[in-house]
Amino acid sequence: MILAMAQSLQAGPIDVLLGPLYVFLELWSEFLFLLAGITGLELLTFKFMHRAILVGLCIGVMAPLIGTFLVHRQLALIGDALAHTAFAGVAVGLFLNAVLNLGVSPYLTAVVVAMIAALFIEIISETTDAYNDVSMAIILSTGFALGTVLISLNAGGLSVSVNQYLFGNLATVSVENAAILLVLFAVIIAVVGLTRNQLLYVTFDETAAQVSGLSVSWYNRVMVVLTALVVVGAMQIMGVILVAAMLVVPVAGATQISKSFTQSILVSIVLAELAVLLGIGAAYYGEATAGGVIVLFAVGIYVLAVVVGKVWMTAGETTSPELGAIDSNDTDPASD
Amino acid sequence: MMGSLRRTDTTNTADVNPGDTIIELSNVAFGYTAANVVKDISLSIDAGEYVAVVGPNGSGKSTLMKLILGLLRPDAGEARLFDEPSHAFDDGSRIGYVAQHASTSKNMPITVREVVKMGRFPHVGFGRLSEEDWEIVDRSLDAVGMTAFADRRVTRLSGGQRQRAFIARALAGEADLLVLDEPTVGVDAESVDAFYDLLETLNHDGITILLIEHDLGAVVDRAERVVCLNREVYFDGPTTEFAESDALSRAFGATASVLSDSQ
Repeated sequence: MILAMAQSLQAGPIDVLLGPLYVFLELWSEFLFLLAGITGLELLTFKFMHRAILVGLCIGVMAPLIGTFLVHRQLALIGDALAHTAFAGVAVGLFLNAVLNLGVSPYLTAVVVAMIAALFIEIISETTDAYNDVSMAIILSTGFALGTVLISLNAGGLSVSVNQYLFGNLATVSVENAAILLVLFAVIIAVVGLTRNQLLYVTFDETAAQVSGLSVSWYNRVMVVLTALVVVGAMQIMGVILVAAMLVVPVAGATQISKSFTQSILVSIVLAELAVLLGIGAAYYGEATAGGVIVLFAVGIYVLAVVVGKVWMTAGETTSPELGAIDSNDTDPASD
Repeated sequence: MMGSLRRTDTTNTADVNPGDTIIELSNVAFGYTAANVVKDISLSIDAGEYVAVVGPNGSGKSTLMKLILGLLRPDAGEARLFDEPSHAFDDGSRIGYVAQHASTSKNMPITVREVVKMGRFPHVGFGRLSEEDWEIVDRSLDAVGMTAFADRRVTRLSGGQRQRAFIARALAGEADLLVLDEPTVGVDAESVDAFYDLLETLNHDGITILLIEHDLGAVVDRAERVVCLNREVYFDGPTTEFAESDALSRAFGATASVLSDSQ
């Protein structure tokens, strides 16, 4: 907490860039104070909760959005691997701050390290022709081991603040880190918005996507880098260990009750937001770690979705439409 | 009648003239390991042709298709597609591709219409599908008789229905060249006939068709030209000559016949 405050007081070039976002955060805070006045909810009267809620809402959109593509490519584990390498990035940041007194947010170094690890995983899989469980496990362990070693080398007071990265913390979302998250959020939404067709094609049918002229390896790289960004963004609240759950659990729930792909993305976002808001609320009043509570809510919602999905399926599949004839007359040569 | 499935926009790609060489393989060899899966393949396919590639299981049919499409690069020789090296060719709007999808099961929630929509992706790039694109999607659905299933989840369809959806996706691409890898595996017999009629009509419209088939009966009845493959090309010529030649027994082994292999 003190560390984070000390950082936010040092106005570096990053603070200048993030300036407009600080203004936005102030406005958001004003809005929630207003909401607190109307609803009388105690948790809305604290500024750090305002930031935590905003970060939570962003996580609820970006994690299932990226997670939908990952889960349907059977890449659910990659989030976990990247989270653990992001932890190494956090350690690098803390180390640099301690040794060189740089004052960079550890989340920025985490972004860099996780992105490098993401590309590394992708390139390994390209050269070996498969996403390899073993290489993923090795990268996961390497990242985590590197993180713990760097932090223990630092010794002293630093080990105290490690818990916030491992398990996440609502109270330590600094203004700077909230602003960084908003930037990550904007980048993720923009890239997915632009490449949604390509990502869908590559996710659903890699071979056909390649035949249709898409550079599959390029879009795979985009995908893993986006995953790295989501993981680092969501880490603040969810923590290294549980962050991957937000990529997977809401998506698994949405898969049970959605018919179309578009619908499944929207449903997974709704489910994730539900889990985030219920989780933050319960964590605040119950004085529990938010990451864990959010994941438990997400899993509860998933179980509900499975039940609802099964009920719908048995109720809805009784009627089957008539299969039409393959009609070659539809291809009218005259208009050619 | 909903109108033509053939390309309505001729602006985005150079049109092919009948007789232009679309696919050209010269002395191609390829092996996943040191042993060649295919070797000494020389083959040229012109615009407007209807060519079937037949061969026993493990004869390298699918490998040949991947070499043609540029999904694999030959160890020796050269593969060209629309007069470019196959692996460098990236104008996906000119190729429609149907694989042996019926057997694969994915848990992904996606509707038939969303699958067919992908056929338009090479045309729209980063943009949105226009009203005209959606019309083409609906026409393609109609052509394979799947209109009533448009909003169904693909994972809840039968193998045959699913395969129709993939065929519709290839049609929606309005390609110059259709490449089909055993497209009727898992499709009911009645639909298979209708499906081959559809291919024939498309071919009459000027679309080049390359069909990889295990079902010899279907091929002999339909295609103009047969390439019989078992690591090497055993026969390449008009279908009528293929039936009379001994290429079949040489490639498939002595016991094979058109009838016994059609199941």
